[in-house]
Amino acid sequence: MLNRLLRRSAAEEASDGSSGLASQQRLQSASGVLFIYLVCIVAALVISALVVWGTGGSWSSVLSSLLDGSIRRPGRWGKTIGEAIPLLLVALGMIINLKAGLVNIGQEGQLYVGAAFATYVGTFMSGPGVLVLIVILLAGILGGAIWAGIASVLRYWRNIPEVFSTLLLVFVANQAVGYGLKNTRLLLDPTPDTGNRNLISDQLAEGTRLPRLELFGNEFPVSVFVALLLAVSVSLVMRRTIVGFRLQMLGSGPRAAHRAGVSDRLYGGLSLAVSGAFCGLAGAFMLTGGDFGNYRLTPGFPVNIGWEGLLVALMARSQPILSVIAAFVFAALRTGAGFLAATGVDSEITKVVQALLVLALLIPPAILYVRDRRRTLAAAKERT
Amino acid sequence: MGEFLSAVGDVLSSESTYLSGWRFACALAFVALGEWVAERAGTINVSVEGAMLAGAFAAVVGGDLTGSIWVGLLFAVVAGLLVVMIQAHLSHNLTVNQFVVGLTINILVAGTASYLNSSLSPASPKAHVFEVPGLVEIPVLGPALFGQPWPLYLLYPLIPIMWWVVYRTRWGLEVRAAGENPQAADVSSVNVNARRRQAIYVAGITSGLGGGYLLLGWIGRFEDAIVGGQGFIAIAAVYFGGWTLRGTMFGCLLFGSVNSFRISLPGIGYQINSEMLSALPYVLTILVLAIFSKRIREPQSLAQPFVRGLR
Repeated sequence: MLNRLLRRSAAEEASDGSSGLASQQRLQSASGVLFIYLVCIVAALVISALVVWGTGGSWSSVLSSLLDGSIRRPGRWGKTIGEAIPLLLVALGMIINLKAGLVNIGQEGQLYVGAAFATYVGTFMSGPGVLVLIVILLAGILGGAIWAGIASVLRYWRNIPEVFSTLLLVFVANQAVGYGLKNTRLLLDPTPDTGNRNLISDQLAEGTRLPRLELFGNEFPVSVFVALLLAVSVSLVMRRTIVGFRLQMLGSGPRAAHRAGVSDRLYGGLSLAVSGAFCGLAGAFMLTGGDFGNYRLTPGFPVNIGWEGLLVALMARSQPILSVIAAFVFAALRTGAGFLAATGVDSEITKVVQALLVLALLIPPAILYVRDRRRTLAAAKERT
Repeated sequence: MGEFLSAVGDVLSSESTYLSGWRFACALAFVALGEWVAERAGTINVSVEGAMLAGAFAAVVGGDLTGSIWVGLLFAVVAGLLVVMIQAHLSHNLTVNQFVVGLTINILVAGTASYLNSSLSPASPKAHVFEVPGLVEIPVLGPALFGQPWPLYLLYPLIPIMWWVVYRTRWGLEVRAAGENPQAADVSSVNVNARRRQAIYVAGITSGLGGGYLLLGWIGRFEDAIVGGQGFIAIAAVYFGGWTLRGTMFGCLLFGSVNSFRISLPGIGYQINSEMLSALPYVLTILVLAIFSKRIREPQSLAQPFVRGLR
């Protein structure tokens, strides 16, 4: 129990209601909890509005054009779904490693490497379209898993904190893929008429792209169903299976997990690799889905999906199902940002809103935790 | 290989390489200096990247408003401090995971700075180059060390001062204790979380100063990518140096030189794999950590929150 609290990651806090005394108190003050959350979210929105207002913009027009760009205009919510898919996948991966008590912050790199692997296979392999598509997706998964796997090896073999190595590997990934994009033998488009010094890969062939659905004038790739299915399965695996339980045990109390025979190398290392695999799949979906880069790998292909997917997991407080909603909100901010130009407000404001929202949702559980601790300590003092 | 060696020779004999290498290294050293203190107190303060960016932006705003470099630097320090105060209070008062907070802050600062820059578009005068009389005459190294924009010289006294503060004062002892064994420090009536917060403030001040120096000493205009991961390289330098001040500064020097190599090699007519050189600081850090992981001794409670009564 004590270890559990000490090793507690930010994401566990939400589900952290099991300590008897504290949970009772929390139940009594459920409305108080709701109040704290509301205050924080309102504060985040008010601060964003103030920033807009302070620089001479009008927040109501910003809000309405954000809604226009993300939902209201024809064809926009399909676009938002298209952007939400990789965000959700990255978030699901993050949830898995947070559960095991590991913090992977290298999603941006894992996604990029996954996309690069996928591109390599997609542009060099020939064969029936569906088969190639499947191999492309597998290659993406493999690429992401390898990149995160380096971090797990370093973590369990040489004791290098995974937080640090995953972060550094992002920059290595950027340079490595950038190198690949300069060489025709690796990723660069071999046809000379793509414009010189234009570092982009060859386009994926028609048959190897993901089918796109059309619904009320909105288009999105079918990968959305895979992503939703994965969200449900991650949720089930975490709550209902022995693997999920062991991961939870590892994250909550590594020493207890060790005593109970849960190998931290196996479960910790694998959870990190699986998390990378999710990012790699996200990258492969981005490549084959058509909403990003027009079926080509470009420099800066991940467009911050990795970083923002991490935030999605945090905002959803490590709940797979909630992260579906969080991913949609973040994707809406992304697609809405494109419509801000008309209001004369710079689209970077959406990043401010995103970060403030995340902070707003990080603070309440922390306040509650500290309050519980203070009460427990005070109670302990009274007894002695 | 022979070509590579002659390239290295050419670079080593050109004065501009030393000049730019030293500049890069000093920008890193400002940040790494504070980050080192924060890590000795037990925090991997990821938000130095954000603090540096905030410092750079505040410096250009300050310079734009008053035209004075001093005011710009003051703005930079205040901005860096404000940014890390969020980090310090969230991670060592409310015990939110420090990486999570740091990354969120970085995104917040990047968004805010870029947004404000596009709506205010400030421009500041640049600090003039000050040549220390006499010392600048030293061959090869003289201009690099003593012929730089003057805000760089703020770093020189800061290094020994920081060493003295951390290793020779009561406060420094308590900071190191908070990073090594917070429970024991707490029992000896050290306010662990307060020391950790203060160490983070130090990181914020020096990173803000680093950002201000980067902007006022070099560029004079704010760009979104002005910091571009240098805060992370500074963190890498602290790791690289094995949490000693000497090693950290050496790491900054090494990474700074690599950076200047990358830029100056094509300039004197050598084709070199610039991706490899850009990735080198990160790869080197990982390699050094992997090779010396048994010998390097990190602060024992690095990145672990302290809550009294829990262990």
